[in-house]
This record gives sequence, structure tokens and C-alpha cells, in this order.
Amino acid sequence: MNHDKQMIRVLIAKVGLDGHDRGVKIVARCLRDAGMDVIYTGLHRSPEEVVTAAVQEDVDVLGVSLLSGAHMTIFPALLKLLRERKAEDIIVLGGGVMPDEDVVKLKEMGVKEVLLQDTPPEQIVTTVRRLVAERGPR
Amino acid sequence: MAAVVPSLELVDRVCAGEINAIARLLTRAEAGSAECRPALDEIYRRAGRAHVVGITGVPGSGKSTLVARLAREIRASGRKVAIVAIDPSSPFTGGSILGDRIRMNDLAGDPGIFVRSMATRGALGGLARGTLEAVDILDAAGFDMVIVETVGVGQDEVDIVRASHTTVVMSAPGLGDDIQAIKAGVLEIADIHVVSKCDRPDANKTLIDLKAMLIMGLALARVPGWKVPVLATSSARGEGVAELFDAIVRHRAALEAEGGIDMRRRMIAERRLLKAAEGIIADRFEQHRGGRIADLLGNVMGRQTSPYAAAVELLNEIGMED
Ligand SMILES: Nc1nc2c(ncn2[C@@H]2O[C@H](COP(=O)(O)OP(=O)(O)O)[C@@H](O)[C@H]2O)c(=O)[nH]1
Ligand SMILES: [Mg+2]
Repeated sequence: MNHDKQMIRVLIAKVGLDGHDRGVKIVARCLRDAGMDVIYTGLHRSPEEVVTAAVQEDVDVLGVSLLSGAHMTIFPALLKLLRERKAEDIIVLGGGVMPDEDVVKLKEMGVKEVLLQDTPPEQIVTTVRRLVAERGPR
Repeated sequence: MAAVVPSLELVDRVCAGEINAIARLLTRAEAGSAECRPALDEIYRRAGRAHVVGITGVPGSGKSTLVARLAREIRASGRKVAIVAIDPSSPFTGGSILGDRIRMNDLAGDPGIFVRSMATRGALGGLARGTLEAVDILDAAGFDMVIVETVGVGQDEVDIVRASHTTVVMSAPGLGDDIQAIKAGVLEIADIHVVSKCDRPDANKTLIDLKAMLIMGLALARVPGWKVPVLATSSARGEGVAELFDAIVRHRAALEAEGGIDMRRRMIAERRLLKAAEGIIADRFEQHRGGRIADLLGNVMGRQTSPYAAAVELLNEIGMED
């Protein structure tokens, strides 16, 4: 039994209408293979469902993938809910497809990093590790 | 960067039902950090009211889907419910993909329901490390029922009966010819049997087979005044869920009425004491790897000392110190 070993916990969610989860499942597997606990909640989740799950699961990182173009409404909604639940220490990570100027805006709002589609898996792993290390213990 | 809140300061907040505090203490309990030990000791003293229900069955038998249904039924009775859903972790990396929540998303709007996912982490037995502490935390937090969903593979699942007041064993059609519970060695530990997916035509055969097995005497009457029921459920149609909830409540009542509850509590206490001792020994073993243990190992390897005799020596030396 190796004690004192806090696993990095990540919740991966698909929010909105777009209908396949191949990409997020690949990401989930990479993170697991890097030794993390990955909570996957399935397709078509609402921001309310995602934030409830993230808070109950006490995840370090909430990764939300969007292909539907609704990112400029979904991410603000997620960030607002996290503030309301006093869970701002959860690191929000964006994924999917969106224009560069939106990436800039989302980061200003509090999304820590945006990993666009086709980001290599190793880079996702290193980004998660770096962001958790930067946040520090909690 | 926010300051780290000491675990002991979380205890009152947990007992007041504060979600963030519950979630954080669960994380620390799972990590097994020494820092949270005194907090968990205090939590244990304050827990003991919840009805703990274990649900086991092979992967894919429909546990998570049924638990979600059952949670609604429990809520309708006015009780608060917490769910600990356990999935296996990868033996290679220790990481895991925890997917039970996929079936439980529509519970999100209800503050009287709390769901937490855990990985098995190769802990001794079928329960994840920290599961029993997790149950204590949720119990102390005021959840009236705590449901533990475990992957029902292998003998190890016997552990859940030892940690819960009521054990539900699930069988499903379409997962092979046999009753999976027999293969897994969990048939005898059931307080309640469930055959899931009864919307499927082949479920009837599973029901008949299971009942035949039980008549052959495999179901030991472990609680006086309690006849182990075999219930048919369909989460797809919402059938049998109210009956299951009713059976769970009646089982607890039977335990109380016949004095079985004290037997259960004693069994759980014994089991937990033993497990805790095993855990401490395993930790101490790691701590002393370089020192005294190396000497003993040398003697065992050289066949000067038997493993048994060396273990007695080991316990004498590392067992008592702090
Ligand atoms: N036909 C039918 N399928 C079900 C029922 N309950 C669950 N399932 C399906 O069985 C599969 C496994 O369900 P899940 O709850 O994840 O099983 P678990 O691994 O035991 O937790 C999923 O594809 C479910 O949709 C049911 O009542 N009827
Ligand atoms: Mg499940």
C-alpha cells in the first residue's frame, strides 16, 4: 500500500449537442495510462450536471470538450457555476474546435488552457500535470 | 493559491453536510494521507446512523443504472442517499477510467444525492482503499443510506457483505449461460437477489436458474426471520425498483428486530480492525524496507529462518513502535 499518494483526478465531459465521443475517450485513456483517475460522464451533459459531478468528485481538473460552437456560452456558464459552488480551485481545461480569438477571451475569463483538436496526447498529459503542479496542494 | 485546510477543520463542515468539505475529505481518505488520520478517527466516532447497502454483480449487469433508479426511490421516501461507485483501476499504471456516473447524471439536480467514484487500486479484497472511510464520511455527513456499488468479480467481493448491513447481489441475462454470482462466489452472501434487465426475454431463464440454485440450499439463512428474496427488476422500464427499496428497508428492520444488527456490527468491526492492522503492517514494512527487514529477508533467503519465524520477529520489532 503506497500511502500519501494523491492521484490526479480529472473529469472529462462532453457538453452540448455534438454527438460522438471518440476523441474524449482517447484522451481519457491517455490520462489513465499516465496514472490518473479519470471520471467520464458521457455525452450531452449540461453545465449543471458537469459542475455537480466535478464538485462531488473533488477533481483537480475539469476538461470540457466542445465541437458544437457553443463554447462562448458554455464556458462562462461553467465558470459561473464553479464560483457559485466555491470550487474555483478546480482547473478548467477546454478542448475541441474554436477560433484563436475565442481562446484568448476564454483564458481571460478563467479557462486555464485550451487544447484544440489534434493536440498530441502527451501534450495533454504534460499540460494537466503542469497545471496541477502550478496550483499546488489544496 | 488558496491555503490548505487541515483535515480536522473539515470534520465539523462534513458533519454539517457541506458538499465541498465532504468531497475534499473523501479525496484525502482515499489517498490515505497521515494528515487526515485524526480527522477520520473523529468521523468514525460521529458516524453509525446510516444504513449501508452493498450492491455487487459482474461488470455490465446493470448495477449503476439500477442504483440511479433506486436513488430516486430512496429520495421519494424522504431519505438522503450517497453512492460510492467503484470501478477497477489499471494494474499497470494505477490510473483508472471511472464510468459509473454516465448512468447517474440525471441525479445531479438533487442536493439530497451525492455520488462519488473510486478505483479499486489493487487494495486487498474487492473494496477500494479508503472505501470504508468514505462510507464513514458520508454517514457522518448525514446521508441516511449509503450505497456501495462494487465490481463483482472474484471471491474478494465477500468484503462488501462484511462492510454493509444489507447486501444485494445482481445477476443479469445475456452475460453467459451460468449464473455469474456462482462463478464469482458471491451467491451465498446475498441478503437480496436481483435479476436485472427483466425487459429482456432471456431474463426469465436467469430467474428460474437462480431460484433453482437457491432451492438447492445455496442460500444460507444468515439472518433469523429473513428469507432471501429474488427480485426481478428492469431499470429500462422502472419495474421492480420500488420492491427492491422495500426489501432493503425490510431487511434492515429484520436485522433490528432479531438482534441481527449487533451481529452485523460486530462482524464489520472485526473485519475493519483486521484490515486496519494489515494496512499498518504493510505501511511499516515499507518504512523499514532498508533496515531491519533487509536483515530478516537475508535470513529467509538463506534458509536460516523460516518466513513464519521471521514474521514473528518482524512483528515483535516493528509492530509496537510508532
Ligand atoms: N435491457 C436493459 N438493459 C439495461 C438495463 N439496465 C442496464 N442496462 C444496460 O446494461 C449495460 C450496463 O449497465 P451498467 O448500469 O453500466 O452496468 P454495471 O457495469 O453493472 O454498473 C448498459 O448498456 C445499460 O444500458 C435494463 O434494465 N434493461
Ligand atoms: Mg457500474
